[in-house]
Amino acid sequence: MSRSLILGGLLTALFLGAAALSFAWTPDDVTAMNIPGRLLPPGSDHLLGTDHFGRDILSMLMVGARTSIAVALVAVGIGLTLGVPLGLTAAAYRGGWLDELISRTSDLIFAFPSLVIAILITAVFGPGAINAILAIGIFNIPVFARLARGAALSLWTREFILAARVAGKSTLRISAEHILPNIANLLIVQSTIQFSLGILAEAGLSYVGLGAQPPVPSWGRMLADAQTLVSLAPHVAVIPGLAIVFMVLGLNLLGDGLRDALDPRLKVLRT
Amino acid sequence: MLAYLTRRLISLVLSLAVASAVIFLVVEVAPGDPASYMLGINAQPETLAALRQELGLDLPKWQRYLAWTTGMLTGDFGTSYTYRAPVAEIIGERLWISLPLALFALTLAVLLAFPAGLIAAATRGRAPDLGVMAFSQLGVAIPNFWFAMLLVLGFAISWRIFPSGGFPGWQDPLLALRALTLPAVALALPQAAILARVLRSSLIDALGEDYIRTARAKGLTRTQTLWRHGVRNALIPVLTIIGLQFSFLIAGGIIIEQVFYLPGLGRLIFQAISQRDLIVVESTVMLLVFAVILVNFLTDLAYALADPRLRRT
Repeated sequence: MSRSLILGGLLTALFLGAAALSFAWTPDDVTAMNIPGRLLPPGSDHLLGTDHFGRDILSMLMVGARTSIAVALVAVGIGLTLGVPLGLTAAAYRGGWLDELISRTSDLIFAFPSLVIAILITAVFGPGAINAILAIGIFNIPVFARLARGAALSLWTREFILAARVAGKSTLRISAEHILPNIANLLIVQSTIQFSLGILAEAGLSYVGLGAQPPVPSWGRMLADAQTLVSLAPHVAVIPGLAIVFMVLGLNLLGDGLRDALDPRLKVLRT
Repeated sequence: MLAYLTRRLISLVLSLAVASAVIFLVVEVAPGDPASYMLGINAQPETLAALRQELGLDLPKWQRYLAWTTGMLTGDFGTSYTYRAPVAEIIGERLWISLPLALFALTLAVLLAFPAGLIAAATRGRAPDLGVMAFSQLGVAIPNFWFAMLLVLGFAISWRIFPSGGFPGWQDPLLALRALTLPAVALALPQAAILARVLRSSLIDALGEDYIRTARAKGLTRTQTLWRHGVRNALIPVLTIIGLQFSFLIAGGIIIEQVFYLPGLGRLIFQAISQRDLIVVESTVMLLVFAVILVNFLTDLAYALADPRLRRT
């Protein structure tokens, strides 16, 4: 196993574990305000200090991880469940009008500045986790569609697919039973990368106030709240940012490690 | 080449048409009537109707869509409800912050990424390469608005070299550039990380080619080979990435403008959304999308000029 796989796996597991643990236990109550004990630096009472309402930052990070992970994960799910069938369909009917339609549409969505549109969507339909998921998820669809199509196209020329065809299997069954399992590795690696991009996008949206709304803690809003306090208490700005960096770094390392472990020849889209 | 150009132009026009329709639809289904928002809750129905007529809100949607798109083609972006000024004029003012910011950031990213990518490729597998790759892993993982806050903490608060926000205007270009420096650095970092990585891998690919061995065999030094044959051949994918990055710089700029209180297009969009100034939102977003699609088109074109094989596809 490569070092990046181990390090990435450990970091990812740490954040997933902390988020899961937060359902049962956090060091402190995230809704409990304690004004006299506000902006405390990291110490023995509060491991990572307290914010401007005296809330425990570690507890908020743990609960905030839930939001980030949920948003990014569902957005990847949207991309996979819609994008992969579209890409497989395009590859199955390669050269036809359906292929043309699917490919052109994903090219078009690719050309859009995704964050601008995500801001537009969440601003117009109202801020909140659900709209953030949709806004991020929509842009995952063409990523997976293009990836699945490209990988499936090269498989369709292989002998074992031809054999399945001769055996009388339908296009749908070949796509589901032979193509999909063979591109699964590629999809897993790409999912990790889209997951990390989703974490960053969610942080950006909630930073500008368009993500999950109070009182649900989110990493991006913790940073937004900290912005005016940077000079008073740097830790309230530094710590949530580090959480984002380590989570994203962990996922990226995991993606790289998985790619090398599963198949070094895999080409992954980095957009 | 002509057939390729025609095909690309048709797809450009088609993209813009679809983009404008999508933006119009998204903004149109937004809850809240701009006229009643402007007049407040105590407005008389007659006043409301008069204002709706003045703003053209009583017309059918398709007529308003046509009026909006044909207007934009002639440079008329409509009139803002809240600013009581032509949208083109408002955007024009803001553009003088957002565009220089994006270009400044792009320049910084290129200046940082080129040496880094070159050094990494030339020292593949050794310490300098590992350093560059670690920097690039970190660069893509750091949210640029957080990096911006750290820059403010370091260079505006602890060490007062740059302002922490605001924009003094272009009357004094030096002062203006100073105000844009921290935002540009924040925007440039992730882009530099991506660019350095692409340059490194495309250089390594190029250096594995037979013509590199030939160049070395005929007596060129490593450095000569790298510059004359490696860099030149590695440049094409790098140029494409630079073109694509423009889109990220525009989107990233919107958020960075919030961090530094820069009155650019990003802040304009947020203000207009909260004031339900739909025409400003539509036209600004359309302009951003247009800029991105146009840059992608020009990049494709440059690519096709440089590499004749691509014209056939």
